[in-house]
Amino acid sequence: MEEIYAKFVSQKISKTRWRPLSSGSLQTAETFATGSWDNEENYVSLWSIGDLGNVDSDGGFEGDHQLLCDIRHHGDVMDLQFFDQERIVAASSTGCVTVFLHHPNNQTLSVSQQWTTAHYHAGPGSPSCSSAPCTGVVCNSPEIVTVGEDGRINLFRADYKEAIKTIDNADSSTLHAVTFLRTPEILTVNSIGQLKIWDFRQQGNEPSQILSLTGDRAPLHCVDRHPNQQHVVATGGQDGMLSIWDVRQGTMPVSLLKAHEAEMWEVHFHPSNPDHLFTCSEDGSLWHWDASTDVPEKSSLFHQGGRSSTFLSHSISNQTNVHQSLISSWLSTDPARDRIEITSLLPSRTLSVNSLDVLGPCLVCGTDAEAIYVTRQLFS
Amino acid sequence: MRGRSTAAPAGSRAANICGPERSRRLWCGAMEELDGEPTVTLIPGVNSQKKQMCFDWGPGEMLVCETSFNKKEKSEMVPGCPYIHIIRKDIDVYCKILRKLFNESHGIFVGLQRIEEEFTGKSRKAQLVRVSKNYRSVIRACMEEMHQLASKDFVTSGMFSISILSAMELIWNLCEILFIEVAPAGPLLLHLLDWVRLHVCEVDSLSADVLGSENPSKHQDFWKLVTILVLQGRLDEARQMLSKEADASPTSAGMCRVLGDLMRTMPVLSPGNTQTLTELELKWQHWHEECERHLQDGTFASSPHLESLCKIMLGDEAALLEQKELLSNWYHFLVTRLLYSCPTVKPMDLHCYAQSSLDLFLGGESSAEPLDNILLAAFEFDIHQVIKECSIALSNWWFVAHLTDLLDHCKLLQSHNLYFGSNMREFLLLEYASGLFAHHSLWQLGVDYFDHCPELGRVSLELHIERIPLSTEQKALKVLRVCEQRQMTEQVRSICKILAMKAVRNNRLGSALSWSIRAKDAAFATLVSDRFLRDYCERGCFSDLDLIDNLGPAMMLSDRLTFLGKYREFHRLYGEKRFVDAASLLLSLMTSQIAPRSFWMTLLTDALPLLEQKQVIFSAEQTYELMRCLEDLISERPAHGEPDAQQLQDDDIETTKVEMLRIGLARNLARSIIKEGSLDGS
Repeated sequence: MEEIYAKFVSQKISKTRWRPLSSGSLQTAETFATGSWDNEENYVSLWSIGDLGNVDSDGGFEGDHQLLCDIRHHGDVMDLQFFDQERIVAASSTGCVTVFLHHPNNQTLSVSQQWTTAHYHAGPGSPSCSSAPCTGVVCNSPEIVTVGEDGRINLFRADYKEAIKTIDNADSSTLHAVTFLRTPEILTVNSIGQLKIWDFRQQGNEPSQILSLTGDRAPLHCVDRHPNQQHVVATGGQDGMLSIWDVRQGTMPVSLLKAHEAEMWEVHFHPSNPDHLFTCSEDGSLWHWDASTDVPEKSSLFHQGGRSSTFLSHSISNQTNVHQSLISSWLSTDPARDRIEITSLLPSRTLSVNSLDVLGPCLVCGTDAEAIYVTRQLFS
Repeated sequence: MRGRSTAAPAGSRAANICGPERSRRLWCGAMEELDGEPTVTLIPGVNSQKKQMCFDWGPGEMLVCETSFNKKEKSEMVPGCPYIHIIRKDIDVYCKILRKLFNESHGIFVGLQRIEEEFTGKSRKAQLVRVSKNYRSVIRACMEEMHQLASKDFVTSGMFSISILSAMELIWNLCEILFIEVAPAGPLLLHLLDWVRLHVCEVDSLSADVLGSENPSKHQDFWKLVTILVLQGRLDEARQMLSKEADASPTSAGMCRVLGDLMRTMPVLSPGNTQTLTELELKWQHWHEECERHLQDGTFASSPHLESLCKIMLGDEAALLEQKELLSNWYHFLVTRLLYSCPTVKPMDLHCYAQSSLDLFLGGESSAEPLDNILLAAFEFDIHQVIKECSIALSNWWFVAHLTDLLDHCKLLQSHNLYFGSNMREFLLLEYASGLFAHHSLWQLGVDYFDHCPELGRVSLELHIERIPLSTEQKALKVLRVCEQRQMTEQVRSICKILAMKAVRNNRLGSALSWSIRAKDAAFATLVSDRFLRDYCERGCFSDLDLIDNLGPAMMLSDRLTFLGKYREFHRLYGEKRFVDAASLLLSLMTSQIAPRSFWMTLLTDALPLLEQKQVIFSAEQTYELMRCLEDLISERPAHGEPDAQQLQDDDIETTKVEMLRIGLARNLARSIIKEGSLDGS
C-alpha cells in the first residue's frame, strides 16, 4: 500500500466508480467516473489512470489520474453506476435520473436518457409535487432500479421513457441504498435500520421479507451483496457498524462488527476476491477488511487492540454438511478460527470519505476534502 | 472596485468587495490609527447621489439595498434599483484553483494542531519547519497549476494572479528562515541565499540556453550568466563557466584562472564543518584582502568583465548597483551584499542592512511597495507588523491566518493581545473560517478551524452551522454529525426539527417521526402521532406500519407516541385473533389515561366486535370498567348551544353508537357473570 496517489480536484466528490472491463479482456482498470456534490455547479467526470501522464509530460507525474471529460449535472450526484461500458447512470438530489453516454472518439459525455421526476413528494392537499432526492441507483442491464427520500422504488429500462414499475410508499422512511439480490429481487436499506427484499414479480407494494437491526434502529446507509454467495449481504450504518446478514435465515444480522466512528457511507466486497471487503466513512477513514483464512497466525485488530466485536450467536452448525470451502468466511461465527485483519488505507485522516470502488488490484475513493485517491497495488 | 457579480437566488444580485474591509477597520479602530483609506465599493445600479441605502451584517457577508427614503421631501419618484445585493468580503475563496490550496492546507493545519502533544524540544522545531515547508509546497503546487492553465490559454479567474501567490511564498519562506528556523549567524546567510535562489528562477533556463549553444563563451548572454551566478553565490558553476572562457580565448586564460582560484578559495560555512565563526571570519578576511590586492594590482585591468566580477566579490556597492537589472530587486541586492561583505551577519543586524539596501537600491527613484514593507518588517523581526501589512496587502485571510497560527505554535505571539475578541491568532482564524462558511461548499473545512479557536470558536460555529442550507438528508446528516460530535444539542434539535417539518410538509409522516425521535423532540412526536391517528380515523387503516411496528424503546418519547404504538399493537393482536390480550390492552389504554379523551369513543367502538364474539372476552370486572369509561365520556360532553343540522345528524350517530355500546356491554356483563359464576361453581 505504498503508492496511493491523491489529486485535489476543486470539487467535493460524492461518488467514484470504475468503468467495468469488457468481458474476457486482460487489461486492468483504467477509467473511472466521479460525481460531485454540494458545489454550485456539479459535474459527472471521467478520469483515466492510464499512461496518459507519461505522454502528456507536463501534465503531472506518473500514476496521477487525468481528467478525460466532464458534463454539468443538475443537483448533487447522489449515486452513480455504470450501466455498461459507455453509459453511466447518475442519481440527482433533484429527483432526476440521467443516463450519460460517453463518446470515446472525441472524449465527450452527453445525455442519452433522462427521467426528470423519478422521485418526488406529493405535498398534503396540493396536487403539485416537489422533487425528492434520488438516493440510490443500481443497474443490471437492461434494468435500472432507483430509490429515494420519498420512499419510492422505480424500475426503469434504459430504452423506455416510462417507468416499468413503480412502488409508491414502499418505505415510510428514507431509502438510502439499493442492490440486486438475484433477478428479479432487489434489496433496499432505510433510515430505520431495516433491510427489505422486494420481488418485482409480486403485486402490491409490500416487501417479500424484512430484516432489521434490533435496539436503537440505527439508519443503514449502504449495502453490498457477496459476488458469489448471493445470500450474504453486508451493510453499513450510521453508527459506523458493519453488519453481515444471511438473508436465507433469520431477521437479524449474523454478525455486527464495530468499525468506523461515524456514518459508513459505502461497503464493497471485492468483486473477484470476496474475502476482502472495503468500507469508507464520514470519519475520514477507508478500511480494508481481510477475512481470508489462509494465514492462520494472522493477527487481528479485534483481538489485540481496543476494538471490540460482537458476534451474535446465530449458529449455522446445521450447515456442517456443506463443503467447508463453500461457507463464506463472513458468515463464520467462530471468532477463534477466523480472524479479520483490518488495514487503514489512507495515510492521514481527512474529511469524510464518501465513496470507494474496487476492481482488480485498483481502488479509487473520493472525499469531501476534494481529493481523489487511487491505488493500483491493493494486494501487494 | 475589484470584484465580480454573481447571480444570487431570489432575483438578487451579488457584488463582491475585495479585501477584508470590515475587519481591517475594526482592527485599526482598536489601535486608534488608520492604515490608509478604506476602498469604496460601488454597487451597480444604485445611484448613491440620489438614494439612501441600508445594510445588514451577515456572518460572512452583508446585505445592501436601496431604501425609498429621500432627503428632499417632494422629489420625483425615480425608479429605484430593485435588487438586494450580497456583499462578500473574501472573494478569493471563490477562485477554483485556490480551493486546492484551502483543502490541502486544511490537512496540514489539522496536523499542526496535534503537534502540541506529540513533540517537544528539538524534534518539535524540526516538525514546525517541516509543517512550514508543507504549507509552502502547497502554495507552489497552486502556482504551478496556474502556470499550466495560463500556458494552455485558459481564461483564469482573473482575480487571483500567480504573482500574488509567489509573493506569499516569498514572504512565508523568509518568515520560515527568520522566525521558525531561527538560523544563527553563519547558517543564516546560507538560508537567505537559498531563499533568493529559489525565487529567481530564470537562471536555470538561461544556463541551459548558454551551455546548449555551440560555443558557450561566445554566446551573447555568457557574461550575463556568469554575473548572475556570482551574484547568487553559485561560485562553482561560475568557475566552470570561466574555464570555458579560458579554453576559448588564451589571452584571458591567466586572468580567468586567477579569478577562478579566488572563487574556489572563498571560505564558506559548510553544514558539516565544525569550524567556529571566528575562524571563518579570519579566513574570510584574508581572502577578502587577497581579492582587494588583485584588484589594486590591476590583475584584471584588461578585462572589464572580470574586473567587475572581482568588484562584486569584494562587495563593492557601486559595482553591485551597476547590476541592478540582474539583481532585479533589493532583497537580492541585500543578500549578495551580505555574502561578499559580511557573511557572518547576525540576525539582529539584518534590519540595518535591509533598510540601507532598500534605500540604495531604490535610490530615491521609486517608493517602497507593500511587499517591500512586509519584507522589511520581517528583517526587523517585527512579526506583528508583518502580519498587519499582509492583512492589508493581501485580499484573503488564508495567508495571515495560517502563518499566524504557525508562528503561534512557535510560541512567538504569546504576549500579544488585541483590544477586542481574543488573541490575534484566534481573530484571524475566525475571519478565515467565516469566509469558508460563506462559501457554498467549503463550510466543512471551516469547522476544524473553529474547533481550534478556544475562546470564540464554539459560538461562531454555532452561529454559522445553523445557516447551512439542508438540501438533502445526506447533507443534513453531515451537518448533524458535526453538531453531535461537539455536543451542540440545541443545533441538533433545530436541524432535526427542520427536517421533521419538511417531512410533514411532504406528507412523509414516517420520516418526520424518525427525525423527531432522533431529536428526542417529544412535542413534535406528539404532533406527528396525532397526524397518524387522524389519518387512521379518516382511512380506517394505518400507514407506515414498518416504522410503527418497530418503535421499540423510542415509543416512550411522548405519551401520544406510546399510545400510537400500543394502539397499533392492539390492532396486531386483534388481527392475530389474540382477543383476550387485545381486550386487556384496549382497556388499559383508557384506564391508564394514555389514550387522549378525544380518542376514547374510537376505542370503545373498537371494543364492540370483542363484545360480540361468541366466547366471553371481557371479564365482569373489565366490563364494569368499560362502562365507567363510557359514562365518564358521556358526562363530560359539553351541552351545545344552538345545534345546526349537521351537528344534529352527528349527535344522532353518536347516540346510536352509545346505545349499541350499552347494549353490548350489558349483554357481555350478563354473559361474563354467568360464565364466572359457573366456573367458580364447578
